[in-house]
Amino acid sequence: MTSDTGHHIISYGKLTAIWLILLTLTVLTVLITRVELGGYKVLGALTIACLKSGLVIAFFMHMKYEGRLLRLLLFVALVTLAIFIGFTFFDVLYR
Amino acid sequence: MSQHKDYSGAKLCMWLFLFTELLLFSGLFLLYSVYLRRYPHEFATGGKQLNWMLGAANTGILLTSSLFAAMAVTAVQRDELRRAVYLLCGTIACAAGFMGIKYIEWSTKIGHGIYPGSEHLKTGPQGESVFFSLYYLSTGIHGLHVLIGAALLGWIAVKVRSGKVHATDYVLLENGALYWHLVDLIWIFIFPLYYLIL
Repeated sequence: MTSDTGHHIISYGKLTAIWLILLTLTVLTVLITRVELGGYKVLGALTIACLKSGLVIAFFMHMKYEGRLLRLLLFVALVTLAIFIGFTFFDVLYR
Repeated sequence: MSQHKDYSGAKLCMWLFLFTELLLFSGLFLLYSVYLRRYPHEFATGGKQLNWMLGAANTGILLTSSLFAAMAVTAVQRDELRRAVYLLCGTIACAAGFMGIKYIEWSTKIGHGIYPGSEHLKTGPQGESVFFSLYYLSTGIHGLHVLIGAALLGWIAVKVRSGKVHATDYVLLENGALYWHLVDLIWIFIFPLYYLIL
């Protein structure tokens, strides 16, 4: 984290490393969903998708280097999303 | 004369907009999961008709395009403007590749009589019709975002080339790249949900 005027610069090498991890995770998702794992493949695929989103948000979107305000807002948005999805599932599963 | 620029304000606005986009697509994902529970077999039949290899290719293309967009931001920060323009062109080329594959996928499906309101889906099981409606809606709105994002980045590339966006004033590029990463982010979920888990 640098001062207010100088923003954090992420090196090409680091971005490429993140890209390689993202591609590896994609291959992993394809592999685990091609074998029969029943319900676990849904869980596995979505866990990896969340992991990939985390990497994209943190590094490609620079969130890791942002100030407290943006990180707090992201948190609020994700909590809203969790409530939105969670309560719908309560309704759907226990109707 | 120096113009007043509110860097944090511009970026804050972009993020707030991205949150609304996130909620838009979450609504579609929610519809998907509710209907998946109602029609698990029909969704499985529908999902198996999608070509996961084309979906995987598009995932790779979008991840690469995101890498180029992120690198373009780094390039402008380091004042390597020519490289930034090339990288943005790379992103746009990836977007074209993505839409090309999407075109092949859609036209094949439509050629088989699978599109919203088609005779084939009307006479078949209802769940399959719901599956393909959601598939066309989600990938359609996503594709629209790809087109808008590519146009946006093209416009920004022109600004970088003409020197209007540079190492001390690049929030426009940063926001354009943020939008592009959101497009990538949505696809990270569309791909496993529609192509893989069913």
